Amino acid sequence: MSLAVAVSATDHVQGDADAKVTLVEYGDYQCPYCGAAYHVVKAVQKHLGRKLRFVFRNFPLNQAHPMAELAAESAEAAAAQGKFWEIHDALYEHQDQLGQPLIEALVERLHLDAKTFEADLESRKFQSRVKHDFMGGVRSGVNGTPGFFINGERYDGSWEEEPLTAALLKAAAA
Amino acid sequence: MDTVLAPGAPAPDFTLPASPSSTVSLADHRGRPVVLVFYPADWSPVCGDQLALYTELQEEFARFGAQVLGISVDGPWCHAAFTAARNYSIPLLADFEPKGAVARSYGVYAKQGGTTERALFVIDATGIIRWSFVSPMGVNPGADGILAALESLPGVSS
Repeated sequence: MSLAVAVSATDHVQGDADAKVTLVEYGDYQCPYCGAAYHVVKAVQKHLGRKLRFVFRNFPLNQAHPMAELAAESAEAAAAQGKFWEIHDALYEHQDQLGQPLIEALVERLHLDAKTFEADLESRKFQSRVKHDFMGGVRSGVNGTPGFFINGERYDGSWEEEPLTAALLKAAAA
Repeated sequence: MDTVLAPGAPAPDFTLPASPSSTVSLADHRGRPVVLVFYPADWSPVCGDQLALYTELQEEFARFGAQVLGISVDGPWCHAAFTAARNYSIPLLADFEPKGAVARSYGVYAKQGGTTERALFVIDATGIIRWSFVSPMGVNPGADGILAALESLPGVSS
């Protein structure tokens, strides 16, 4: 399976466009496996340095995770204010407290404009963005979360730190 | 293993419990596409992800007028508890007695483990199988193949 939607300027990206490897994650903020994968991705980013570009896309499984959509739309609302990665990291670091109070606390901590943020959530401004990410993932063969793609190909191997690092290094050397 | 029914074959009809007090027949759904999702067992983590994904995609399937039916050899009370615990909206049918008979008729019964294979069938409105796919037991097949098969059904405008 390969990525149906190419990485573009609308994506949330860490790293250089000319990095040797691109890792795309389809993730859900409430999924405990994604919570574990968050720390793994941090470690592989450190290991690969400038060789790696990382992209995060939304894949909320709302029936299973009732807070996932709220979290995803909150992250997009923060992104609109230039704070995507800050809230992305904070949501995963405090995943055990995921909920409205955590999001309110993060709005304050990240110095977001609360009025705009709340209005964006109220109007569901980013619902279609989240859905677009989700359906692109479905079309790419994402079957659960976290769903990883390395240089556009679905990665079905283990995403423990060691095998994921090895797979990324192999792709970087190819 | 038996031969998996291939595209072009008529889908064998069946009537299975959908809950402790109701049954569902394939023939009830004639006139609309049906997606059969055979999965090995309630409660196992991969099945859980797969059914959560299909629950999430109910709106997409509805665009094709398609009905999704999950089938495993678990009994109806087990399905009821599983559905309630995971908030699934897909009917789960119990291929429980005689065990796996429907899976056998589709060629997707795994004798070794005594469960169904992890298999997908897309059946058109006239009851003909148009697409089938057997995934390795431990691999969630996702939904891209189902959506592509539904899109390629004749007369489908999405």
